[in-house]
Amino acid sequence: MTDTKLSPSELQGKARCLRCHIIGMTATAGSGHPGGSLSAADVVAALYFRVLRHDPRNPQWEDRDRFVLSKGHAAPVLYAALAESGYFPRELLYGLRKCDSPLQGHPDMQQLPGVEASTGSLGQGLSIANGMALAGRLDGRDYRVYVLLGDGEVDEGQIWEAAMAASHYELDKVTAILDRNRQQIDGWTKDVMSLEPLADKWRAFGWHVLETDGHDMEAILEALMAAQEVNGQPSIVIAHTTKGKGASFMENNLRFHGSAPSRDEMERGLGEIRSEEKCKACGVQYPGPC
Amino acid sequence: MAYSIRDHARPSKSKDISGTLEGSAPLKQLVSTRDAYGRTLLDLGRENKDIVVLDADLSTSTKTGLFAAEFPERHFEMGIAEANMIGTAAGLASCGKIPFASTFAVFATCRTFDQLRMSVAYPNLNVKVVATHGGISVGEDGTSHHAIEDVSLTCSLPNFTVIVVADAKQAEETVRAVAEHVGPVYVRLTRPLVPAVYEEVCNFVIGKAIRLREGHDATIIANGLMVSRALEAASLLSAEGISTRVLDMHTVKPLDTLAVRDAAAGTGAIVTAEEHLLHGGLGSVVSQTVSEHHPVPMRFVGIRDRYARSGKPDELLVLYGLTPQDIVDALKEVVDDK
Repeated sequence: MTDTKLSPSELQGKARCLRCHIIGMTATAGSGHPGGSLSAADVVAALYFRVLRHDPRNPQWEDRDRFVLSKGHAAPVLYAALAESGYFPRELLYGLRKCDSPLQGHPDMQQLPGVEASTGSLGQGLSIANGMALAGRLDGRDYRVYVLLGDGEVDEGQIWEAAMAASHYELDKVTAILDRNRQQIDGWTKDVMSLEPLADKWRAFGWHVLETDGHDMEAILEALMAAQEVNGQPSIVIAHTTKGKGASFMENNLRFHGSAPSRDEMERGLGEIRSEEKCKACGVQYPGPC
Repeated sequence: MAYSIRDHARPSKSKDISGTLEGSAPLKQLVSTRDAYGRTLLDLGRENKDIVVLDADLSTSTKTGLFAAEFPERHFEMGIAEANMIGTAAGLASCGKIPFASTFAVFATCRTFDQLRMSVAYPNLNVKVVATHGGISVGEDGTSHHAIEDVSLTCSLPNFTVIVVADAKQAEETVRAVAEHVGPVYVRLTRPLVPAVYEEVCNFVIGKAIRLREGHDATIIANGLMVSRALEAASLLSAEGISTRVLDMHTVKPLDTLAVRDAAAGTGAIVTAEEHLLHGGLGSVVSQTVSEHHPVPMRFVGIRDRYARSGKPDELLVLYGLTPQDIVDALKEVVDDK
């Protein structure tokens, strides 16, 4: 099992590491979705290196917690977390989106260990997470199911079907995290399709709602721990984030929703992220082999 | 305004054959594929605790209510939310359960196509979609409830097995077989009672056509409620001296290509018969194999690029060209082409 004792500052280092991979991977691939991967990097680091009960050497361990990346376009952050957890060698990360790589443009559970659901068509992950939680309940297992939703993704009606069902079945092992970066492909979420009052909507659907700064590691951990204490209803952590977080020129820049940084931009982005603090812990060279 | 429903439907050449479900002599009693499903599912539930069932507010109609009554903890009512039902089934399957998700065929496929594709077919998960109310024999509810695209849609999905059931005995054996099969399956059942084709045993094997009648002039390849009609057509043809082989092609995917090739080689002409749109259904799939491996003249009995109307099932089957006489007419044409 992975070390679950990392401190918040060590987890911040892991998040930086994930961000470097995201920028390096997408720049190397020449395509992908860096913006929504970077916004989720802190939450994903908190999950994979502290909160999730999992064993990278035994990906099919029946009692593992499940993580479903419902916003499948954020595949780079998932792949980076899986590699850094030890599910597969880091070198594989830099084959992202290439024809002979198991790192598909969007996650494929058949091809890569640690991927719990094949996603990419938005709106489907919460239903899958509910099914996993129902199975766990039937089997008397106490694993938890985490599912990462995009804020644009909750435009999809199936999300609200699943939200009703999770509440109806009192799935308190389900924790959704909503990456509230306020942007989707066509613009700000408030302009594309109004979501607010978002927390009230989830409350009205019977969920326990927590809100947090999605880039404050201590606050993220606090919210995720609080969700574990909730009984009789599912919980959602609305993580307020910034799209493209980590590289100044990528932040809130819609171009990086679905476009990769250039080589120059990659160098600049890595320089900004790594200059804050040397990434001694990981010691990874970026980018990896092309 | 002058309006003729005959303008809307394919004019049937049927004269003296009513084509009613009840009038399918010489076949015997009428049976329910749905009831057979419900009973078999209950038996399976008793045998295997991993069997779970999901419904979308139609468990009374799909007959899964029997299972729900005995195993409430393993029955998940999902409400009128089919997309969520399929996704939830996928999650259950990924954790080792064998979910049977049931609703009407039109909602189970048209409504949920992307969920079937992305959450079930692509990850090759062990989800069983067993749908009732296939075809136009749903009757009076009309087009919104007629599933005539379901076989085409599900056959288009890699990893899926697609089965169209002919009668109650076959439904029973099918449900047992798909529970044992590992991988996604779509099963289509019917709303009305249908004439029994099989009595004691059907010897159902996924992907293996059943030869119900031997003949040498042509072959009728049918499935679903068209199987009993194909047998009736063969009897009528026999009286006119035409010898017809009849195959029950219950599994449309994977197709029993050997049986199709053998029919082409052995009888030299093929008519397909299905309660489905001609585009993408049994006829399309069979013709692909015939044209690739052993080209012979073919005719296709099915619904021709249109939506049906409200009406009694028997009336609709006449109106849209799905009677034994329609099969007879098609078969005579194809024999002439030889």
